[in-house]
Amino acid sequence: MSSRCRASFAFIAVAALVAGACNREERHSRAKPIGETVPAGESPDTIWPGGTVPQTLDPRAKLYDNNAPAISQGQQLFTQMNCVGCHSHGGGGMGPALMDDEWRYGGRIDQIATSIAEGRPNGMPSWRSKLTTDQIWQLAAYVRSLSGQPSKDAVSSRAEAMSNATPQTLAPREPAHTSDTAEQ
Amino acid sequence: MSAHVPERVRREDERLARERQKIARDGPKLKGAKLEARLERTWSRPRGIIGWLATVDHKEIGRRYIVTALLFLALGGVLALAMRVQLAQPDSALISPQRYNELFTMHGSTMMFLFAVPVMEGVAVFIIPLMLGTRSTAFPRLNAFSYFMYLFGGLLLWGAFLLNIGPDIGWFAYTPLSGPQFSPGKRADIWAQMITFTEVSALAAAVVLVCTILKTRAPGMTLARMPLFAWAMLVVAVMIIFSMPAVALASSMLISDRLIGTNFYNAYEHGDALLWQHLFWFFGHPEVYIIFLPATGFVSVITETFCRRPVFAYPIVVLALISTGILAFGLWVHHMFATGLPRVGYSFYTSASMTVAIPTALQIFCWLATMWDGRPRFQVPMLYVVGFIVTFVIGGLSGVIIASVPLDLQLHDTYFIVAHFHYVLIGGAVFPLLGILTYWYPKITGRMMNETLGKIGFWMIFLGFQLTFFPMHLAGLLGMPRRVYTYPAGVGLELPNLLSSIGAFVVAAAVVLFVINGLFSLYRGAVAPSNPWGASTLEWAAASPPRPYNFAHIPVVESRTPLWDAEGELPVVTGLRVDEKEILLTTVVAATPDLREPVPGASLWPLIAAIAVGVLFVSSIFSPWAVVFGAIPAAIATAAWFWPKELKRHPEPVIS
Amino acid sequence: MTVGGRASVVPLALAASACSYQHYQSTFGNAATEARQFNILFVIFLVICAIMYLAVIAFLVASIARRRRAGEANTVEEGRHHESNPLMRTALISWGAVVGSGLVALAIASFIADRSMASAAANEKLSITVTGNQWWWDVQYNAGDNSKMVRTANEIHLPVGVPVRIYLKSNDVIHSFWVPSLAGKQDLIPGRDTDITVVPRKVGIYRGQCAEFCGAEHAKMALVVDVDSYRDFIKWWQHQLQPAPAPATPLAKAGYAFVTSRNCSVCHAIAGTPASGTVGPDLTHFASRRTIAAGAMPMSEGNLYGWVEDPQSIKPGSKMPTIGLEPNELHAVVAYLETLK
Repeated sequence: MSSRCRASFAFIAVAALVAGACNREERHSRAKPIGETVPAGESPDTIWPGGTVPQTLDPRAKLYDNNAPAISQGQQLFTQMNCVGCHSHGGGGMGPALMDDEWRYGGRIDQIATSIAEGRPNGMPSWRSKLTTDQIWQLAAYVRSLSGQPSKDAVSSRAEAMSNATPQTLAPREPAHTSDTAEQ
Repeated sequence: MSAHVPERVRREDERLARERQKIARDGPKLKGAKLEARLERTWSRPRGIIGWLATVDHKEIGRRYIVTALLFLALGGVLALAMRVQLAQPDSALISPQRYNELFTMHGSTMMFLFAVPVMEGVAVFIIPLMLGTRSTAFPRLNAFSYFMYLFGGLLLWGAFLLNIGPDIGWFAYTPLSGPQFSPGKRADIWAQMITFTEVSALAAAVVLVCTILKTRAPGMTLARMPLFAWAMLVVAVMIIFSMPAVALASSMLISDRLIGTNFYNAYEHGDALLWQHLFWFFGHPEVYIIFLPATGFVSVITETFCRRPVFAYPIVVLALISTGILAFGLWVHHMFATGLPRVGYSFYTSASMTVAIPTALQIFCWLATMWDGRPRFQVPMLYVVGFIVTFVIGGLSGVIIASVPLDLQLHDTYFIVAHFHYVLIGGAVFPLLGILTYWYPKITGRMMNETLGKIGFWMIFLGFQLTFFPMHLAGLLGMPRRVYTYPAGVGLELPNLLSSIGAFVVAAAVVLFVINGLFSLYRGAVAPSNPWGASTLEWAAASPPRPYNFAHIPVVESRTPLWDAEGELPVVTGLRVDEKEILLTTVVAATPDLREPVPGASLWPLIAAIAVGVLFVSSIFSPWAVVFGAIPAAIATAAWFWPKELKRHPEPVIS
Repeated sequence: MTVGGRASVVPLALAASACSYQHYQSTFGNAATEARQFNILFVIFLVICAIMYLAVIAFLVASIARRRRAGEANTVEEGRHHESNPLMRTALISWGAVVGSGLVALAIASFIADRSMASAAANEKLSITVTGNQWWWDVQYNAGDNSKMVRTANEIHLPVGVPVRIYLKSNDVIHSFWVPSLAGKQDLIPGRDTDITVVPRKVGIYRGQCAEFCGAEHAKMALVVDVDSYRDFIKWWQHQLQPAPAPATPLAKAGYAFVTSRNCSVCHAIAGTPASGTVGPDLTHFASRRTIAAGAMPMSEGNLYGWVEDPQSIKPGSKMPTIGLEPNELHAVVAYLETLK
């Protein structure tokens, strides 16, 4: 039983109700005011090869990473934008698996968002001209939930659809390794 | 006694008989002030905060229920005012859609789960033992537990709302909107778990009431002589026992879907979105009768006292209560007429829904016949009865209208329905409640409420209610659906909505006036004798407010109106111990004395058990393991609670 | 107008408001067989219920106002509280009989109306599938041959006098299809197929709304039903079968380029262009519709600008994101959308 389960107990549950609540349940219906869009082509560079110190996390991560409505929207977009066509429901196919512990281009939410926005070699299309930054970050939050990264309070167990994976509230939390550690 | 009894056994029996003679009992030798002093000592709970938390006195628990429920009524009412401000004008942008959805969810949930049923339970818990001539309810600690569970459920829901994580799915939370995909986060789980709290509370209170009404009545109070309010509460308690498990099951299945990904309501995995509706409304329809039938009990009580005669055709009223209770379980599909189930099957529910109007119509006749045959005195409680008849019958008839399938298909989920249920709930339950609170106020507090303020309050709430809810019938016919945070201009909805909004503030002012009257009268009201209204039932034989032991001697009942038929003093039975808390159990139908039952003293275990169960419920929103690990403290607390106890002072010697 | 003057006018205004304007979203609209049958049945019920109510009130008033001479009433003061007026027993039985037979009559009337509505709608000549989404209506005219299928959104055109069967499905949560001027409602339930049959009888424009709480923007999920003469309907339908016209002006061409290569085409479909998204409403003949965003606003150039630029300020929580178009992009897109007649 992971520490995550223990954390949900007794009076800590009450604290979770209070502390985690504000961000988890907040619905941001408009992610940014008009006029401050991220112009196309400007996703932050999120690959840091060699021993470079990673950039500090984008402040937007807080708004999306453990945010239940964002993850739920991402879940709907994942099917609607046909991510399942290549990634299936996290198991991978033509595209790499998203529910395992290997992240070729990083498993932080900003790294995933950049992967979606810019596209990646060998077939990941670029979505920055097709989806808003808000939608991309929602998708990134959902993709992280496929490997169990966000708090279990923020993910929905299943979609209203045919069953295609372990319920996400029971999915194990995979460590986020870069893909080459497996080969080392 | 044909067997030969050995000499030493016979001497032992005689010794034990002499010991038993020494135990102090309530008369015939011990009576008057001496008796009352001893009873007072035995039946009082410990002073201080611990005693307050540990009380098992049904009067204290009943008062707590009533005060807490009225608090929730006020909170729910404030939400309603906010909604009416938003809807006063078309295309309004005062309140955001998300906030508005939370408002109507909280308003409905608060009114239905945290006010309507608990206040009826609270009044019953307070008055039933007094009305039945006994000193305590059955299972007093369970009674205390039920209050704490109710309180914790209310705190959970309102705490969440005030922390901005309140539910926003409507008070009946249809799936799949309340399912894991479309209600992300924990809002819906908090709602569902509030249900679990209030259902456990209601079930506990129902068990207490059934056992109290069936087993603790005064000797001679046969079922045929039992007051109509006690009959109403008996039927209601049985209805609670049969209906609440359905919604507790449905909400637990919802939490299970949301927490661990089961597929009860997932159509794509052979679940069914309609399963929720069936389970919920199987509870939901009896629920509204659970709210209404106690109010009919109130009306019977008030009508009898203020028309100076017992209610006409008592057997008919009893049969009407029982048949309404049974029929109420066969109507639930009338909430689902638009869901595409087979039309011919719907006709059955149309007929059943219309049939259930017949017993109620007979009850109304009986009350009117009582008024005709008696001399009605129009003091405040009786005014509320008149207001009830004028208002509830409109609601009942609009209910007959929507019982018809073709009519319901236009009117379902519109403001016509909102008008209907407010007419039956406010007209049918709140008006009698306000009347009965005025009526039993002297019994509860020892003072009279102010009659003038009461009359002003009645007219304000009666007229304000009509102004608020009558235009909603028209709004529904003009095409306004329910649960809309705004409506377009130009379809004719402006005027009905504006009138409703104005009326809502009049109703709010009337409720405030009622509360002011209640608070003011606590300190400045005329001191009440034990029977200020000249009523006929046993609770008026006790002091106002009653002593902790209710009655110095257990009365004997020889008619339906004991206080009107007793010449001089009421006959009593004697023999209950005064050094231990004890009540007299009588047989179920004929109420002949049966057993003497020890009554538990004040105990903190119900509170501790409620906290343990509460923690179990709340943490199981977040993790399924909480069910396993949270069960441990709950088991410990309940084991400690049920641990067999010894009598504190002298155990009664048993003669073999 | 003074407060006093306003108060006196209120009851009259309430009555007048129900009669004075065109009932395009009300049960008094009487525009289809179903709505007419509803109104007849409703009046029957209302009359019988009103009579029952008046009987109760009459009894109540009589009981209150009745003059009782001293010693006449059966009260505890007079020592006769165990007796009752023998008339009451008879009255109770008759009351029960009257109520019972009244309810039986109403139930029979209801059953007859129900069966008659079912038979009136028996032979449908037109078949439409409406799929509910959060918070818009996907409308598809069924045809045996795919080339004759029309797909539109939030607006239905019907020929007068022709029974139409509307099949109802849902893509997400439970919605309810309700056009009060035409017929009663029917729920759209995911995983279940329901349907409703309507026989429109009066040419006109009617408004409907979703009638089952479906989430944040339930209040703004409306639809327009346009009942035309048969000839006008056929003309409309044939026009709908055409693909979108090609843009003519440079601004419209720029808009076309944006719409088919950027965010719009990911969700929306426009027949005859590369835009083939299935997530949002079909936009092929968008500019010929009467409203934008499922009845949120009437169709006009200004409203179109507002909606395309910032849908979240008009319908917060809806699935169309605020993209944040540059001004020249906005002009181009709106210019193109306006050509989609």
